Amino acid sequence: MGKDVLIIGGGIAGMEASAYLSAMGYQVTLVEKANELGGHLLRWERLFPTQRHGKEVLSFLHCGIDGKIRVIKNAEPVAAVTRDDLHIVTLSTGEVITANAVLITTGYKTFDASRKEEYGYGIYNNVVTSADLEEMFSSGKEMLTSSGIVPRRVGFIHCVGSRDEKVGNIYCSKVCCVTAVKQAIELKERLPYAEAFCFYMDLRMYGMHFEELYKEAQEKHGVQFIRGRLSEAAENQDHSLLIKVEDTLTGRPLKMKMDLLVLMVGFEPSDGTQKMAELFHLETGSTRFLKMADEHTSTNVSSVQGVFLAGTCSAPRTITSTITDARAAAAKITSYLSQYSIEQREN
Amino acid sequence: MSAKNFGFSIHKDRQIDYDKNYREFYYRVKAVEPSISLCISCGNCTATCSAGNFTSMNLRNVILLAARGEVNNLGDNVSACLLCGKCQLGCPRGVNTRNVVIAIRKELKIRRKP
Repeated sequence: MGKDVLIIGGGIAGMEASAYLSAMGYQVTLVEKANELGGHLLRWERLFPTQRHGKEVLSFLHCGIDGKIRVIKNAEPVAAVTRDDLHIVTLSTGEVITANAVLITTGYKTFDASRKEEYGYGIYNNVVTSADLEEMFSSGKEMLTSSGIVPRRVGFIHCVGSRDEKVGNIYCSKVCCVTAVKQAIELKERLPYAEAFCFYMDLRMYGMHFEELYKEAQEKHGVQFIRGRLSEAAENQDHSLLIKVEDTLTGRPLKMKMDLLVLMVGFEPSDGTQKMAELFHLETGSTRFLKMADEHTSTNVSSVQGVFLAGTCSAPRTITSTITDARAAAAKITSYLSQYSIEQREN
Repeated sequence: MSAKNFGFSIHKDRQIDYDKNYREFYYRVKAVEPSISLCISCGNCTATCSAGNFTSMNLRNVILLAARGEVNNLGDNVSACLLCGKCQLGCPRGVNTRNVVIAIRKELKIRRKP
């Protein structure tokens, strides 16, 4: 074969696609802008729906990075040109890489919660994001509010930066509902005497075992679910928070005090994903994620020949979906490089 | 002395003030019938309820108001229940709805005693 594949982004999708393409005999170069592979998985302590450690999945992915894959860390593409089906990519290190196919796995970033100013992130100390809470969990320290007390009541606010035209994100981020349930359970395991409330618009427990986790949260941990979207949070003198929602199932406005408020931040295309869209002239959809050639049949194919997509650069995904998407991309690249005419088949 | 008419009246606040409400009520009912926590407010119970066709009985709403500590108007609701158990046949989460009603009735009686 002797063909080269360049994979941009060393997160879950990039690592898994590297493993498969290398195993299939291609010369793979994996470029990662940080000094460590793993992407967002480095920051998630436990994973839904099984509560297994993120590290376990990471070490599985690392097993696929064999000696034949060339990993370049602390580097990112700064220029790209195409000549005779060859992609010539210049890295920030000055190195020039020539590849027969390019796979974009630059992923997502979490929504900047301070853009929802009425929720008080960055203004009130006891408003945190789901990513912040995950860090509090993995730090192993005692859970305390900014005033140094053990929180007695914690609220999880769903759909922060998702399903919200006011911030320009009309899509569902898919993972936040079940993450809120997961984190509420973890919180109750650490603080059994605290009350936990989830404020949701719809609970999207679509995945296998998600609904079981939701039921476990209610049955075993007493997590309460209130259907209503937070309108605003205000700070009390003691730095606790007063929140206002409509309890839409009773049809009445509701207010309550919270010691800690957790904002379930959604997905946005990462800065790297946006940059790759510019460098490779890739089309983006209305959601700003990279556009798939066909939503059903060509999900790994971009709008540019020889450039492929995997993972959360094209849509919000779970870890499971990202891994299977990376493998699918590897198969798609193989069919492209071996000029297998699977794309041209008749209906 | 008759009340003076100042040309305006004051409405009671419709807001649920969770911190001031009787929150313990729900936890006491839950101690008797833990399956109350499994309710997902689907309304299957209310749709099938014979009493609900003629009265204000609405089990979905009763459970919800109990969870919010809004217990003042629960009595009229649950007293209309016939304990026929149709709601229990339909509940997708397996809530022991009859026992929820019985437990709420008992709690309300306990509360009414001075």
